[in-house]
Amino acid sequence: MRATVTIDIETCKGCALCVPVCPPAVLSMSEAVNGKGYRYPELVEGCTGCELCAKVCPDYCFEVYREPAGRREARP
Amino acid sequence: MNQPLAPTPSMQKVFDKPALLLSTEHSLCPGCGEPVAVRLMLELIAELGVRDRTICVAGIGCYTCFPMLMDIDVMQALHGRAPSVATGAKRVRPDAFIFTLQGDGDMASEGLQEVIHAAARGERFTAIMLNNGVFGETGGHATATTVLGQHTKTTMGGRKAEQHGHPIRMAELLAQMDGAAYVARGAVHTPAAIKTTRQYLHDAFQSQLDDKGFSFVEILTMCPTDWFVPPDKGPGWLEETFKKTFPLGVVKS
Amino acid sequence: MSRRVLMEGSCAMAEGAIQAGCRFYAGYPITPSTEILEYMSARLPQVGGVCMNAESEIEAIGMVWGAAGCGVRSMIASTGQGISLMQESFAELANAQIPIVAVNMGRGQGDYFQSTRGGGHGDYRFIVLAPSTAQEAVSLVQDAFHLADKWRNPVMLMGDFLLAHTSELVEIGTPSEAPLPAKDWATTGAKGRRGLTLSPLGPSEKLSTDIASALAQATDKVAKMRAAEQRVETGYLDDAALVVVAFGFPGRFVKYAVKLARAEGLRVGFVRPISLWPFPAQAVAEAAAKAESIAVFELNGGQMIEDVQLAVLGRVPVQFIGGISHDHSGFGVGPALRVEHILARIKDVYPRAAA
Repeated sequence: MRATVTIDIETCKGCALCVPVCPPAVLSMSEAVNGKGYRYPELVEGCTGCELCAKVCPDYCFEVYREPAGRREARP
Repeated sequence: MNQPLAPTPSMQKVFDKPALLLSTEHSLCPGCGEPVAVRLMLELIAELGVRDRTICVAGIGCYTCFPMLMDIDVMQALHGRAPSVATGAKRVRPDAFIFTLQGDGDMASEGLQEVIHAAARGERFTAIMLNNGVFGETGGHATATTVLGQHTKTTMGGRKAEQHGHPIRMAELLAQMDGAAYVARGAVHTPAAIKTTRQYLHDAFQSQLDDKGFSFVEILTMCPTDWFVPPDKGPGWLEETFKKTFPLGVVKS
Repeated sequence: MSRRVLMEGSCAMAEGAIQAGCRFYAGYPITPSTEILEYMSARLPQVGGVCMNAESEIEAIGMVWGAAGCGVRSMIASTGQGISLMQESFAELANAQIPIVAVNMGRGQGDYFQSTRGGGHGDYRFIVLAPSTAQEAVSLVQDAFHLADKWRNPVMLMGDFLLAHTSELVEIGTPSEAPLPAKDWATTGAKGRRGLTLSPLGPSEKLSTDIASALAQATDKVAKMRAAEQRVETGYLDDAALVVVAFGFPGRFVKYAVKLARAEGLRVGFVRPISLWPFPAQAVAEAAAKAESIAVFELNGGQMIEDVQLAVLGRVPVQFIGGISHDHSGFGVGPALRVEHILARIKDVYPRAAA
């Protein structure tokens, strides 16, 4: 895994703007709802750490993490 | 927190909410573009190292929820009046870094006179207009930038030129003032637009720091609630409809 | 600078303000306040200050808001019509607790209600001071800056055409002031501290939603100001059968008319409110307690008379001997503002039974 995001699902308001901007399409909206009644994005493997989800999010829900350049796990 | 793909110890955090944002608890709608624009401003204030001398003069609109969330000095002005307040502040504190945060209803409707005169005088602050073509805070009423055909509570069936007149293009209007040094219009509906808008804000802020004159950035923001579209359709409505009246780009530099 | 010079009232007031540390002025030309703008335009840059000729009254008060909000002593002047335009900002400056000094050079005295009741929305009050001479205008404008900072509340001075344009010998010094707290509420840039908000809509602390307390702070002070800041001049009250109440430059005419009445053997006294808000109700009540009748002279349709009636509470008759009085210019130097006329009116209402 070379990158990932953390998602503050309780702050999310379910706008889903993050889903279509994700180039590897690793975000999709949940079936469950958070404490405010909104669906929230769920992550699957494949995040590239491009930061686009974080940049479009109106509620600042994402933190993005990446391996430093030159350090990557071997892909399976 | 969503944990299955948690960061590994060797990973670096490369993106976080702005350091100058004290809380993410704002009351704006799902899919609102204003918080995205505010994020850019807060990042730039930190990057340019001007936090300690920044004064934000805030207008009145949905974005008025932000003064209490930003770790900078904020002078709250009345609806439309931020440019005159910013003028007084910058004239007595020329070393301060001052920007106004206004909506289209605030700046182009109530406060049109104020911003035009500030631009003509070349007042050394940066005016920022978040443009979504409605008075959002009062529930979605037409402003001076509502586009033709746009449905609002006071232009039911769509704004008609014969009855409601035409929208005002603020960026082009202010660029005509000789005192305006930098004028641009950006948007926050796509990653590319966000990136370009960040550059516009940077250049506007820099023109203030370089004492060049009045600077202005108009930022088209999504308002799905008052555009009567679902939150995830806001960017599309901005691209297909709103942006047609308000072309993006640098108007004057 | 402390020497006697011959100056118009407007210019004396402006210089007095500068000596009190005023370093920002914004205004819009409007008769009879324009000379203050002209004076400030020439003089403020000489002391490192800023004068703005704004494009409208609303922008002028906005600029004053911005400068005062940064902690700079700031002033604005206009006449009634311009003051009308500024009312939204006045009301909200009081809510934001931003100190400013505003001058209304009125046309006549018809703006008493506007100033003392608050022409804007809400529960605020301005402290309102009414000088009657150029020298008093100097000392009151200097007091005004101190009071504004002391209470974190706007203070207004009421003048008129004669006060603005009569030249008198004045001495203008730098006032010595009692210590004032630091302006830690001002937006100065958040160096070494968390950012603050200066707002009419809510609290100064970030992340706080305690709007109720913030607005209460702005209005709780009204009762305290009312108790502490009453000012008045009185004369010939000990045996007065008739007491005449008048304010501002016309108050001088009334004082002189009262002197003439005394020379004719009439037992007349005067009360000249110097603070219109808070109204010196106590002084008026005390005068009424000993007199048989009160007369009110003001160049309007009857405005201060209501405050006099409230103070007197029906103990003795209160009669109006003033009136709207304009010459052809409309600026308030009308036929009623003559000592002979005022003396005649005093005699009209002098109690017949009084010896």
